[in-house]
Amino acid sequence: MGIGSDMYRQQIMDHYKNPRNHGRLESPTFTHTGENPSCGDTITMDVQLADDGETIERVAFSGDGCAISQASASMLTQRLPGTTLSELAEMDTDDITEMLGVDISPMRIKCAVLARQVAQDGAKIHDGEIEIEQTKTEGDDD
Amino acid sequence: MRVQESYPVDVDAIRADFPILQRKVGGDISTPGEHDDDDTPLVYLDNAATSHTPEQVVDAIVDYYHGYNSNVHRGIHHLSQEASVAYENAHDRVAEFIGASGGREEVVFTKNTTESMNLVAYAWGLDELGPGDSVVMTEMEHHASLVTWQQIAKKTGAEVRYIRVDDDGRLDMEHAKELIDDSTKMVSVVHVSNTLGTVNPVSELADMAHEVGAYAFVDGAQSVPTRPVDVEDIDADFFAFSGHKMCGPTGIGALYGKRDILEEMQPYLYGGEMIRSVTYEDSTWEDLPWKFEAGTPPIAQGVGFAAAVDYLDDIGMENVQAHEELLAEYAYDRLGEFDDIEMYGPPGDDRGGLVAFNLDSVHAHDLSSILNEQGVAIRAGDHCTQPLHDKLGVAASTRASFYIYNTREEVDKLVDAIDTARELFA
Ligand SMILES: Cc1ncc(COP(=O)(O)O)c(C=O)c1O
Repeated sequence: MGIGSDMYRQQIMDHYKNPRNHGRLESPTFTHTGENPSCGDTITMDVQLADDGETIERVAFSGDGCAISQASASMLTQRLPGTTLSELAEMDTDDITEMLGVDISPMRIKCAVLARQVAQDGAKIHDGEIEIEQTKTEGDDD
Repeated sequence: MRVQESYPVDVDAIRADFPILQRKVGGDISTPGEHDDDDTPLVYLDNAATSHTPEQVVDAIVDYYHGYNSNVHRGIHHLSQEASVAYENAHDRVAEFIGASGGREEVVFTKNTTESMNLVAYAWGLDELGPGDSVVMTEMEHHASLVTWQQIAKKTGAEVRYIRVDDDGRLDMEHAKELIDDSTKMVSVVHVSNTLGTVNPVSELADMAHEVGAYAFVDGAQSVPTRPVDVEDIDADFFAFSGHKMCGPTGIGALYGKRDILEEMQPYLYGGEMIRSVTYEDSTWEDLPWKFEAGTPPIAQGVGFAAAVDYLDDIGMENVQAHEELLAEYAYDRLGEFDDIEMYGPPGDDRGGLVAFNLDSVHAHDLSSILNEQGVAIRAGDHCTQPLHDKLGVAASTRASFYIYNTREEVDKLVDAIDTARELFA
């Protein structure tokens, strides 16, 4: 097969090479960090809410790691503005693979969902639902 | 045939023994065993994780189930006696393979290297270690020993020490001399590193252990499959390895131990098969090695293990080693052509048959996914040596590891597949 990879389609590579909303927000409503310990992927999400305290207005991310984790974070920063915290809470893995537009192999799912998990945990901490320092996705067992 | 093309082993004949090497990959993985939609030829370079199983070994297991499947050591009946003889003989065969002159009494069958390690850690370590004692390992230890001794040390108050790995991926033997002292009760070292490919001077380390009255435990998970090993030449007190990395089935491994030491040790698992007599108040133990094999053992796997050893002996372990070294050197040279590839461990002409590396600016997991899409099976991650990866300053690496059926062409395919990743990420 040539350069037309299944998982690394143009959109993913574009977001990886030219990440959107990369950096930090000046005054985020909440900010949270997470990692995949076994891959070394780390992501920090800054989220700014509208005055209603419920609608997401702006999102930025920073971090590093594999293309899947970083592209997924980049896409999420574009996807989230306009949605509410409860809509964020309901996002599942299917929503992420749909957003990415490619089949993610089972071993790589945790890379793909890291950004979503960080955003969701950040929101829960903000709401006082949970108390954690950092999000850690399950390590792979090698 | 060009001289360049020849190998120390008859690769074509060997490949014919492994039908799995002919399969294609790339289709739906949620239906294991159905390969209709697979379209990419497999290049299997993940042998340090597990090797494939030749027909001869599969046949031995089939013969067992078709012909004499039965529980061992329990029945007076014919099948049970046949199964018992085969299972006992398998111990002798494996003992012979690693040069254990005590035969079956010095070879305990376990599930794998990890269990062999835990057996000694629990049966010996919990009783014998305490505050003021030390266990000396290496910085390149696999989690199988590293985590085991680390946790046993926590329980007993003993200290763990790690022999430094130098920039070339070799052990700093001066540091070893400093660390192995009168407090040392166990020196537990990996023979061939599954990450760096380093072949460690285990015989020298065993001598150093013995000088201070400590035991030497050698993790042979990557050495027994790939080179001639003689545990008595090494003078190891304990030696562990796994069947599945050496043409055998999963679910079986071995612990070699010097007979007098095993005799002193208390059992680690209790139950049937391992007792001589039992009253409501107390029990006495079977002879070696059965004292350490409680419950119905992996009988078919034991038979398969012995068949695997036969298979490898037919090829000749010197030849296996030569083939491994040839491919390691070839891979090291080919990967070394690229400035954007960093390899870990000693040079190509001084290592076991594996190469771990990273491609600049492409995460190991992205690289392995892209290689997988081209049929190339390699390992990405920390290969169960997380502290070593921390020391190398990388979260993960990509590892190609070779066995008797691999060819230079397959190494070339790896290099080509890496090039695809390079272009994609350029
Ligand atoms: C050096 C080394 N030690 C120990 C092990 C553990 O082997 P197993 O998983 O068969 O117990 C491995 C392989 O994974 C290894 O490469």
